[in-house]
Amino acid sequence: MAVNDSPKLELPENVFVSKLDELASWCRKNSLWPMPFATACCGIELMATGASKHDLARFGAEVFRFSPRQCDLMIVAGRVVMKMLPVLQRIWQQMHEPKWCISMGACASTGGVFDTYAVVQGIDRFIPVDMYVPGCPPRPEQLIQAIIDLQDKIQREGTITGREFDTAGRQARKRALVEITSPLSIDASRNPVLQRELAAAAAFPRT
Amino acid sequence: MPFTPPAVDDIVASLAERFGEIKPAVYRGQTRIELRPADAPDALRLLKQLGFDLLVDITCVDYLDYKGAKHRYGLVYLLANTATNQRLTVRAYLDDPDPSIRSVVPLWEGANWLEREVWDLFGIRFEGHPDLRRLVMPEEFTAHPLRKDYPLQGRGERHNFPVLTRNDG
Repeated sequence: MAVNDSPKLELPENVFVSKLDELASWCRKNSLWPMPFATACCGIELMATGASKHDLARFGAEVFRFSPRQCDLMIVAGRVVMKMLPVLQRIWQQMHEPKWCISMGACASTGGVFDTYAVVQGIDRFIPVDMYVPGCPPRPEQLIQAIIDLQDKIQREGTITGREFDTAGRQARKRALVEITSPLSIDASRNPVLQRELAAAAAFPRT
Repeated sequence: MPFTPPAVDDIVASLAERFGEIKPAVYRGQTRIELRPADAPDALRLLKQLGFDLLVDITCVDYLDYKGAKHRYGLVYLLANTATNQRLTVRAYLDDPDPSIRSVVPLWEGANWLEREVWDLFGIRFEGHPDLRRLVMPEEFTAHPLRKDYPLQGRGERHNFPVLTRNDG
């Protein structure tokens, strides 16, 4: 009997009806493979999160991989210096879509106490970030909360629309793929942060 | 009881024989001498012959706007005699423009990276250094950031990068 002809569809036990999109999101959110970009003390908390006491495996995110090609969640744990930022960007670009990013701790999110010439004042200036974790360093519970929230976001925003392998313009319509930073170029005339820093540097007394 | 290294009076006396009057300053039993930059490499060679076989560190101080300072840069060599446990601090003062001094890599191989670090952060040139490249800052960096006339937050270098967006992936 064809399904369409039936007024009441009897499903056998343990069978659920869902949308393919939700199924794919459900699979993705429960098998996040993190890329540990750990550069400082946040990395120690990241390791603690993955270890037995806090047990990130409960959320399906325990498979830390050191190859960006196998990962879909980048956890930036620690301060990123200007010499490291090109490396960070390269690793981010080498990760396959769909991919997400967690900025863990004060330093990765804002530069923290390191307001100096060498330290990037927040990685979200240069790569997209999905979740920010406050703390210096954050406790494992906080990181786990961020992963739970990211799972909700992944489930909510969907994955398969048939557009994933389509053009960048169509990707832009998906909320999960909305840009966080407006595109800036190296040209200082379009980069207010850089302008402010250049002005501050110009005002600095020289001998 | 703090550690006090053995005295180095005889060493200072033999240095003074060759390089003129040297007034050692002693702080908590540790001796510090000042040398003219032109004399310093020869004096360090003599000190090595006199038993100071270990170069502990080379570092630098920027005395810009420092009260009472007569020179801009104070180059510091920390020496140790591993047989007698004697210690000696040697200073040489340098000035702008073109602060430079002869390299001591021929004396101590370990001076190689120490001098590269001082070059990187203070811009002191070490003549005769085999490979005077930056050590810690990126190659394309142009300033010497530990100089006091360099702003703490830099000159925009830390944000001079392309911005990656979602659609760049």
